[in-house]
Amino acid sequence: MNVIVCVKQIPDPALPGALDPATNTLKRDGKLILDESDSYGVEMALQLVDAAGGGEVSLVSMAPNGEVSGMRTALAMGAAKGVLVSDPALQGSDALTTAKVLAAAVQRLGGADLVIAATESSDGYTGTVPEQMAELLGLPSVTFAKKVAVEGSSVKVQRQTEAGYDEVTCSLPALLSVTAGVVEPRYPSFKGIMAAKSKPIEEVKAADLGISPVGWAGAGQQITSVAQAEARAAGEVIEDDGEGFTKIVAFLENLKVI
Amino acid sequence: MAVNNIWVFAQVSNGAPTTGTLELLTKARSLGGTVSAFMAGDGAAAAAALGSYGAAKVYATGDLGGKLPGVAVASAMKAVIDGGDSPDVILFPQNYEGRDVVSRLSVKLDRTVLTNNVEIAVSGDSVSVTTPIFGGNTLVTTTFTGSGPHLAVFRPKSFAAEASGGGEAAVVAAPVPDLGATGGATMTASHVEESTGPKLDEADIVVSGGRGLGDAGNYGLVETLAKQLKGAAGASRAIVDAGWVPYSMQVGQTGKVVKPNVYIAVGISGATQHMVGMKGSKHIIAINKDKEAPIFGIADLGIVGDALKVMPKIIEALQGK
Repeated sequence: MNVIVCVKQIPDPALPGALDPATNTLKRDGKLILDESDSYGVEMALQLVDAAGGGEVSLVSMAPNGEVSGMRTALAMGAAKGVLVSDPALQGSDALTTAKVLAAAVQRLGGADLVIAATESSDGYTGTVPEQMAELLGLPSVTFAKKVAVEGSSVKVQRQTEAGYDEVTCSLPALLSVTAGVVEPRYPSFKGIMAAKSKPIEEVKAADLGISPVGWAGAGQQITSVAQAEARAAGEVIEDDGEGFTKIVAFLENLKVI
Repeated sequence: MAVNNIWVFAQVSNGAPTTGTLELLTKARSLGGTVSAFMAGDGAAAAAALGSYGAAKVYATGDLGGKLPGVAVASAMKAVIDGGDSPDVILFPQNYEGRDVVSRLSVKLDRTVLTNNVEIAVSGDSVSVTTPIFGGNTLVTTTFTGSGPHLAVFRPKSFAAEASGGGEAAVVAAPVPDLGATGGATMTASHVEESTGPKLDEADIVVSGGRGLGDAGNYGLVETLAKQLKGAAGASRAIVDAGWVPYSMQVGQTGKVVKPNVYIAVGISGATQHMVGMKGSKHIIAINKDKEAPIFGIADLGIVGDALKVMPKIIEALQGK
């Protein structure tokens, strides 16, 4: 059972985001970390390989620079190797180009029984890349998987829906997008962190994968304006002195909802 | 190419188009030209309703036989486009099915997709969409380059749904072609987890809980208050991820978008992810221990205090009402 997990290295979401004034793209020049959404996919992949009793977990990632610290985190969790498509030309790429690059990286690894991605990244959140990759790779897919079990040549998935969940059976090979919270991502052990330092990450350029145009040239879109939204004004904020609840009750009475 | 042929990916539940579908049809017909709906399943039952919101035609795939809609509907759309009816723009709802269909179609057509939009504008040949980022503080407008069909995805409640009084839409069969290996996923059962009471995205009052409640056992305070106010109970992503409540109760960017008359945020700090799902509420009340919490920046009334102390008092005070 070989599983490839798509991971994204993103700016720390705890820090305020900013746009590069020259390009209007998200600033990604600081330290990048493993998108927490992807740690669930890495954990699920490790568990599936364990359950199958053999095989390995590989990573694919794309970045406009050679940053690997987020990938090292996933390697420290237990993934075996990775391909990083690192290329300044990729800056400004749209989701479709991103999917083309990642799908080609999956093929460079020789494919897998399962390809796993998060449902969407925490910084860009277009949420289309996993399903676009499935189409590019000619694979069936199940998005929003919250529980996954491999049975022979198929995978049984509980797929989250707006009202609850569906049970879906899917033939392998396949692509899954997994929701946050499906499994508890493990903390890398000290041994894992040390081992990760010597695990192989192959760095390639978009051109090595035969993909062009990429970046601004390949994007079918152009940002034409950036404006501040009308701010919603803050109202009254009071410290609770034990009687704060009366303010809420009075507010609701005033609106005639009680 | 002016914009004169617009499609809407329509979703139908128990024979009736969803509110989100009617919102998109209303917007589509304001852009001019002919509007067609494209739906999974049998079109006959929904044709009158779709027509009364502006669809002249409804393409219907027929029963999907358990296939997931993403690849099936996208393949049916591609077949119609190849057959000669190529739209200038296709509008999709930002939800699970909408996202799956548009992603597959974008590869089949080799066209970009713009997601998370709240507005669309057409000027001559050019089509632009607007997306709020950074929790809605900044609005980015993006113009499609190259030729159509342009693929645009919209958040729920971006537009008001208004009937046009149009007649029944003509149903046109758009069968799903052979999907080959990509059709390997089949749904075998469906489970509903939603609680009783008004639906979260339609309720007049929403009470949502977050990490500030301390642990899962205290979420009952949120449910009790929601019930007293005849509203719906919601949740932040943090406590859904922690497994306290099911995903169907999540309010935010990856959950439901709500715009109730009153929104009460209990122990929710106000992460960007959450705020984009509720900042359109008419009135916002927040209870949070941390007076620096971003939620207080948009609340009409903020109580800086322990939700576990404040909530029982509100519940008690309302018992006599």
